[in-house]
Amino acid sequence: MELLESFAAGDLEAFEVLFRQHQKEVYAWTLRIVRDTGIAEDLTVETFWRIYKHRARFKPDGNFRAWARRIATNAALDHLRHGRQEITLPENLPCAASPDGAVSRETRDSIHRAFHELPAKYRLVATLALVEEESYNNIAAAAGISESLVKVRVFRAVRMLRKKLNSLRIEVHAK
Amino acid sequence: MNNQEIDKEMKELLKQYVAPMQDTEPRRDLWPQMLRKLEEQPLPIHNVPWFDWALASLAGAALLFFPGIIPALFYHL
Repeated sequence: MELLESFAAGDLEAFEVLFRQHQKEVYAWTLRIVRDTGIAEDLTVETFWRIYKHRARFKPDGNFRAWARRIATNAALDHLRHGRQEITLPENLPCAASPDGAVSRETRDSIHRAFHELPAKYRLVATLALVEEESYNNIAAAAGISESLVKVRVFRAVRMLRKKLNSLRIEVHAK
Repeated sequence: MNNQEIDKEMKELLKQYVAPMQDTEPRRDLWPQMLRKLEEQPLPIHNVPWFDWALASLAGAALLFFPGIIPALFYHL
């Protein structure tokens, strides 16, 4: 409590303590959204800069962790909206074993491309809900929207992905 | 087909081609970068949102062009 009060009052040492306590978690959360270690590091710093900038709005009896996660989500969303759009796919990304590696690689590239083409707010929830399997409740809290809106966005994202993938002749079937 | 079934189909497809990120740590200490950012982009002393300035300007303009409202304003204060 004292630490948070000092931080809210602008104490840089208190801010450093909070930075060191929460940077790993903010980084891990951001990484799950942007999926690039370098960008996640930059966005972690950006998140804490925003935290320090808006420290006066933080209530010392509030939940710093939840507040930081929400700011991190907004920073990541801003990046998805305005960030670089080129798609680079690491070679070591795991994918299903296939007798024809070229076909598998092509499918994987198409799926990544379809994902990158989703509008940012849909990409955010789709990544967290479908790939990272984060609960709707957690996504809602982090994005500052209702759980039902998260469900709507996931549904729309799936519909958009399905349309894109079907147009690329990748069928989406349940096993 | 309901939403959950559609989600399940897509999850299954994505699981084959997009792996969840592992919980990793930053490759380096980010505090020095944080300090550099704080130095490079000093926080404004008067961190007032633009709409507050706009509101203040409107109020100022109203008082300038309609000075008759000043007594009414004092009355209500």
